[in-house]
Amino acid sequence: MICQECKQRPATMHFTKIVNGEKTEFHLCEQCAKEHGHMFMLYGNDDFPLNNLLAGLLNFQAPMKEVTANAFPNPDLLQCETCKMTYHQFTQIGRFGCADCYRTFARYLPPILKRLHSGNTAHSGKIPKRKGGVLHLRKQLALLKQKLQELVAREEFERAAEVRDQIRSLEDELRQRGEGEM
Amino acid sequence: MSFEKFFNTAVSSWMSQEGPDSDIVLSSRIRLARNIVDFRFPTLFNSEEAKQIVALFERTFAHRSYGGAGRFELLKMSELQPIEKRVLVEKHLISPHLAEDSPFGACLLSENEEISIMINEEDHIRIQCLFPGLQLAEALEAASGLDDWIEGHVNYAFDERLGYLTSCPTNVGTGLRASVMMHLPALVLTQQINRIIPAINQLGLVVRGTYGEGSEALGNIFQISNQLTLGKSEEDIVADLHTIVQQLIAQERAARQALVKTLGIQLEDKVFRSYGILANCRVIESKEAAQCLSDVRLGIDLGYIKNIPRNILNELMILTQPGFLQQYAGGALRPEERDVRRAALIRERLKMEERRKMEGDER
Ligand SMILES: [Zn+2]
Ligand SMILES: [Zn+2]
Repeated sequence: MICQECKQRPATMHFTKIVNGEKTEFHLCEQCAKEHGHMFMLYGNDDFPLNNLLAGLLNFQAPMKEVTANAFPNPDLLQCETCKMTYHQFTQIGRFGCADCYRTFARYLPPILKRLHSGNTAHSGKIPKRKGGVLHLRKQLALLKQKLQELVAREEFERAAEVRDQIRSLEDELRQRGEGEM
Repeated sequence: MSFEKFFNTAVSSWMSQEGPDSDIVLSSRIRLARNIVDFRFPTLFNSEEAKQIVALFERTFAHRSYGGAGRFELLKMSELQPIEKRVLVEKHLISPHLAEDSPFGACLLSENEEISIMINEEDHIRIQCLFPGLQLAEALEAASGLDDWIEGHVNYAFDERLGYLTSCPTNVGTGLRASVMMHLPALVLTQQINRIIPAINQLGLVVRGTYGEGSEALGNIFQISNQLTLGKSEEDIVADLHTIVQQLIAQERAARQALVKTLGIQLEDKVFRSYGILANCRVIESKEAAQCLSDVRLGIDLGYIKNIPRNILNELMILTQPGFLQQYAGGALRPEERDVRRAALIRERLKMEERRKMEGDER
């Protein structure tokens, strides 16, 4: 096979790339692969090697399928209503078709996310401002409630009373804003 | 076109600036992946959806300015020549994926080329900020500000529990990829790098050389980036990467000191031989060029070579790639022709420095 870049030297390096669900194969000679690879690296195309790994990772889900077999006789047939992507397609491509896929495939995602993100399954970073108002308040509320329990356990009642008042005013605010925004 | 004119238009302003720890850290980059509610992801969207997204960005952000970055220009991939796209990739402003496989891809590029926002790449939106030297926190702040600016006009796909929803599950959560490009010649020469890379990988970070395994990295340049995007805040992800990078900087500096002590004149000889090759070669392959540039850069850092700017490595690693070589030549080149052009471009660049120095001396 001849290198498809220089069309001169024999192709010794072979890459697979998946774009829009379609597989494209690259056959390059060593020199062109270096120049090509060089390009990938210098740009720092973060997902290039990772995505190839990912397709392998997602296909390697045999134990999980057994566990969930009762809930869905054939998880591969599960399909996102919005974009029509099936779970089987997702495991092949390693990409979601739309934001709703996350909800559709929700029951299969935790083990995948855990593996990709060192055991984590929940976001604890930035929140968009638009959704933010209410979300921020809810997060703050959860933290305060936790704090209240700790203070009560330590019998620090004076500070606990302060926190309780903060919780009340937050709950009030949530009630008002929640109605408007949700 | 004269070489100086080519050079001056080819080098982005961020490339010729120095940042903190510029002797070892070439650049810091932050990328945020975002998607717009109510559109399918680029994996599956149709051309109509793709065009609507590009139109939305053209209407809302093109010709507007943000902060000190200057005005944004919208570049549609379908309207660019292959060499123009390649040059954007080699300048790190767009990804190869956007250039090659995204028929409805576009890019909002800031005047100073510090910020690029890719549209319809793997996600609808990829915000990228590129700073010289080690400036991860600064780059994050800039990217986050832009993120707010964009979010003021579009609704992001966001889930209360999972965070920003991305096309690939490796990006969900913060959608953040922070990466640092480092020049580590002494860790390579002392072979410590082979021990360090697996250790860094174990910390949940990814180290990438140009190709192949660690010690084979082209020009001794390595990219270190975070792997997980879920469960940690943006600030924590960046702080963790920053800590590791600082440790690497310390190790590289120690290894350089050790090399100077043990090799002495031999190290100086290696540096000046490489300089001799670059200043005189007539044909040079990218691998040899990268190695010689790395040696010369080390020589500049160690004070052996004076009067050549430090950023010559960053510049020439970028300018000697096929896209730029072909732009410089004004047409398509076969690989053997590129090797000749590469040699000429490097010689011209070094001569330009000599001229600058002489002009400086006369003054
Ligand atoms: Zn080839
Ligand atoms: Zn879907």
